[in-house]
Amino acid sequence: MDQHSVAVDVDRVVKRYGTVTALHGVSMDIRQGEFFTLLGPSGCGKTTLLRCIAGFEDVSEGAIRLKGEDIAPLPPHKRPVNTVFQQYALFPHMTVLENVSFGLRRRGWSDRDASGRSREVLEMVRLSDFAKRRPGQLSGGQQQRVALARALAPGPEVLLLDEPLSALDLKLRQAVRVELKQIQRETGIAFVFVTHDQEEALTMSDRIAVMSEGRVQQIGSPRAIYEAPQNRFVADFIGETNLLDVTVTSVSAGMAELELPGGLPLRCPAAEGAVQGAGHVSVRPERIAIGAPGAGTLPATVADHVYLGTDIQLHAKLDDGAPILVRMQNAGQDSVPEAGSRLGLTIEAGAARLLAD
Amino acid sequence: MARHTDLRRFTGFRGLTILCLVLLYAPLVIVAVYSFNDSASITRWGGFSGKWYVDVFTGPESPKFRQAAVNSFVIAIGAATCATIIATAAAVAMHRTGRFRGKGASIALINLPLMVPEIVTAVASLIFFITIGFTTGLLTIFIAHLVFCIPFAYLPISARMQSVPDMYEQAAMDLYATPWEAFRLVLLPLMIPGILSGFLLAFIISLDDFLITNFVKGAGIETLPTAIFGSVKQGIKPNIMAISTLLLGVSVVFVTLSWLIGRAGQSRT
Repeated sequence: MDQHSVAVDVDRVVKRYGTVTALHGVSMDIRQGEFFTLLGPSGCGKTTLLRCIAGFEDVSEGAIRLKGEDIAPLPPHKRPVNTVFQQYALFPHMTVLENVSFGLRRRGWSDRDASGRSREVLEMVRLSDFAKRRPGQLSGGQQQRVALARALAPGPEVLLLDEPLSALDLKLRQAVRVELKQIQRETGIAFVFVTHDQEEALTMSDRIAVMSEGRVQQIGSPRAIYEAPQNRFVADFIGETNLLDVTVTSVSAGMAELELPGGLPLRCPAAEGAVQGAGHVSVRPERIAIGAPGAGTLPATVADHVYLGTDIQLHAKLDDGAPILVRMQNAGQDSVPEAGSRLGLTIEAGAARLLAD
Repeated sequence: MARHTDLRRFTGFRGLTILCLVLLYAPLVIVAVYSFNDSASITRWGGFSGKWYVDVFTGPESPKFRQAAVNSFVIAIGAATCATIIATAAAVAMHRTGRFRGKGASIALINLPLMVPEIVTAVASLIFFITIGFTTGLLTIFIAHLVFCIPFAYLPISARMQSVPDMYEQAAMDLYATPWEAFRLVLLPLMIPGILSGFLLAFIISLDDFLITNFVKGAGIETLPTAIFGSVKQGIKPNIMAISTLLLGVSVVFVTLSWLIGRAGQSRT
């Protein structure tokens, strides 16, 4: 990758709190102008990493480079990055305009220039009419936009966002997603967005880093993360999947020959690092075709079905007792397989993926 | 609330409440009422008059009381100001430095003076001043007051600080404020209600102190409480009641202000 296009280079960052290690040598390149998401369950280290980039936490080992310069030793006020906090942290004793101007004033802008620039940014987040209000007089969504404007006003190299949508209700959250993405494109600033919400991550990001237990599990586009998960954690965390125990007979050039439960052979793509022997494949429920039992199909027994409107979810059991989930599109079928009925499942080669672990 | 658990329905609740209120406030009411007595007697009502208030400001004892009042206010303002600054620094240290060794001990040390019997502090202060060769006088009163005012100023300041999350300072530093700017522009304004409360409380405590003052004051130096006590020793005259009522008025105003400021601060964040 071209060195100049890297906005933030996180290089083998380790963060320890006493005997607890929160980050185990995390590395990633965040490119200029991209919407980069740190995704993972709570406690995975995503917020810790964000706070390390912002400067609120010292790194124990490793470097964080911004345009080639290691900023890890710098205090927060000397780093050209700004943060949108989860609880917004708007200064309650200042007006909206004073909040947005704060960073520019600290950087030595005159009152007039700072106000002018702040009004432009407020216009971008459609809050021009609220400049004189105090944060306490605004709704949650408006406060969120002030927080965004305040962080954008000084023109940071990178904008850090710590679960900024989690305090909003569902409907507003969906609207803000679109708006946030639009602002990111307009400004061309790299956004590093922390969330535990996979839907948020998939819909907004250019690239996603999936994290778990202080380690990066996989970095890739939303499509790559969903379609080509690297390991069981990623496959299971992003969307719904079936993890089947398989026996791998050979792996070469990214393709694996393996046996599904019951002995049915399958040739499918393999994640890097997958080896021969016992392994796991991930099969998305919507990529399984159902039909009558027969040669070349995986036999299963229907246990239950759940009507979801656009889809119908079938809970079935393989002959070895392992549960398997199938999603049928609601195409106006007259009948849904009843509990107890026998099925033959077909898994296309492209629908399955052998995982690394 | 369910009827059977409503405290107001307990037998004797009303009587007990009235008894407590009478015990607490009857003496104050009597003093306030008799300060307007036209008679020189402190037990017999001789009609309404404001003459004892005039006597406080112009009577034979007025120069003594005026000097004592000046001393009291100078000491109270000075001691409360210094105590508030120290208490604010202590609160910042306690709530913004994470965990450090001896934190529990430090909190105990700051608050211990509230628990130490005042007479012990008084005797100890006097012995201390004599030992280091200080001449007792206004300065010794000021130093003693400053010291015992710190825990009183610390209480509301610390309580306020606990309710201000550190994300505000982090946000400030994220926006290029130096640690000092983050303190001055963000934390300090948010702490103002607690700081004012602390100052007013320390001021009242200092204004009101008799015991320690009496021990460490030099000969001929009086504050209002010691002057009142000295005067009462020669018999209670209604002018004492007038002074006491004035002092009570000042206290009520300050405590009310302190409470109002604290409440206004709470409703804003």
